Amino acid sequence: MSVHTPIYLDYSATTPTDPRVAEKMIPYLTEHFGNPASRSHPFGWTAEKAVENAREEVAKLVNADPREIVWTSGATESNNLAIKGAANFYSGKGKHIITIQTEHKAVIDTVRELERVGFEATYLAPEPNGLIDLEKFKAAIRPDTVLASVMLVNNEIGVIQDIEAIGNICREHGVIFHVDAAQATGKVAIDLEKLPVDLMSFSAHKTYGPKGIGALYVRRKPRIRIEAQMHGGGHERGMRSGTLATHQIVGMGEAFRIAREEMDLENARIRRLRDRLLAGLQDIDEVYVNGDLKHRVPHNLNISFNFVEGESLIMAVKDIAVSSGSACTSASLEPSYVLRALGRSDELAHSSIRFSIGRFTTEEDVDYTIALMKSKIGKLRELSPLWEMHLEGVDLSKVEWAAH
Amino acid sequence: MAYSDKVLDHYENPRNVGSLDKSDANVGTGMVGAPACGDVMKLQIKVNDAGIIEDAKFKTYGCGSAIASSSLVTEWLKGKTLDQAAEIKNSAIAEELALPPVKIHCSVLAEDAIKAAVADLKSKQPAAKEAA
Repeated sequence: MSVHTPIYLDYSATTPTDPRVAEKMIPYLTEHFGNPASRSHPFGWTAEKAVENAREEVAKLVNADPREIVWTSGATESNNLAIKGAANFYSGKGKHIITIQTEHKAVIDTVRELERVGFEATYLAPEPNGLIDLEKFKAAIRPDTVLASVMLVNNEIGVIQDIEAIGNICREHGVIFHVDAAQATGKVAIDLEKLPVDLMSFSAHKTYGPKGIGALYVRRKPRIRIEAQMHGGGHERGMRSGTLATHQIVGMGEAFRIAREEMDLENARIRRLRDRLLAGLQDIDEVYVNGDLKHRVPHNLNISFNFVEGESLIMAVKDIAVSSGSACTSASLEPSYVLRALGRSDELAHSSIRFSIGRFTTEEDVDYTIALMKSKIGKLRELSPLWEMHLEGVDLSKVEWAAH
Repeated sequence: MAYSDKVLDHYENPRNVGSLDKSDANVGTGMVGAPACGDVMKLQIKVNDAGIIEDAKFKTYGCGSAIASSSLVTEWLKGKTLDQAAEIKNSAIAEELALPPVKIHCSVLAEDAIKAAVADLKSKQPAAKEAA
């Protein structure tokens, strides 16, 4: 079997919609186009039934009650709705929020916005492996802490936080706990009946569903209240107004059904591919895995190739679609804030690549990627004065650079 | 980011990659930039007895534009006197490679590298100043 380039290894950015999902969506664009809120005729009833079936599928994947699932446009909206909605509703209890420096921007910028309107926030630094020190989390809680937001699976380095332990700490201190699970569905088992989590954000397109649809879990027992951020017809029990996108919702339901049924098999297969990729890349000198390897989804491999600059590396490996921890391609020249939060040096942060493996990745894709990386890293190091100095035994951290 | 054909050509087929003996009295070495900023350029020139640059080599840690800028100047430097070399301007490099505004700093770095290599050589060869 031959490989087709470019090889897609950016499943953490987005996934293709599974053909089974796409097929199931189409009739709801054409034939069953009714508005699920139309109560007076069969067009509406059909759409409503499809929406409620999908809600059940989403709830089943995370062992929640379907009535705890609110449709949104995606995880960004879910994060905004959860954080702003809960912080504002419970602001009488306190105005302090805790989150983590390595959260997605949809969480960090939402918390920043709340700071602008009078809340205070603590952005906890993770440990060098990307995980949170529970004692440090506990120590950050203040009497006026109202909300904490911690992601389940990190989008850049794939590490899995101990949500159960963090949630228990929140419960002890009466802090509402929100979890961004956009990168987690179909990758780690989630049981919201057991997990002490109050609000959880989901996205369809990270789990082989369509873009533009997501959901927010809002716990019923004990009941969590949120202030709506979108006002209108009072859809979704008043928490999120707007006509429901039936075809998108059907797609998310089907994607989450497939995830529930195939997750175990798929994860085992992806873990084998990841191990193969890791073993191949570790043949190269001076490579560093970013983030804990054990507490991590198998789909993600974030690696720094020391002494090679990230943008030139991305340019060298255009046969594979990956993402770089270095944001050099923008004008900012800033390395990834996630890797910086782990305490990685600028050089290592600049030299990182995130490989994310998914449903349609093959062994041939992985082997091609390993061979490509080996040859290109070798070529770029031939070009690198830093590699030359390293081979000469120069300690680069002791060199006085003329920063510009 | 779309690169110009010339940047891609220098990036895919860099000219004059390598190192010269930095202890050689006829070799000048310029190292500019910093790893934390994402680019480091090492440029070396070797002059003959007539004060003409007969060889130039580079190694660059940086983006494609930084690699292309340093590769290009090694081509330009050969056959020049030190004073002619010091006259190479970043704007000429940027124009030749059609660098976009966010990559102008790569051409500035290449100009700095030339200046540093020339200064290093002159400090080794006080006589070269008059000869050139």
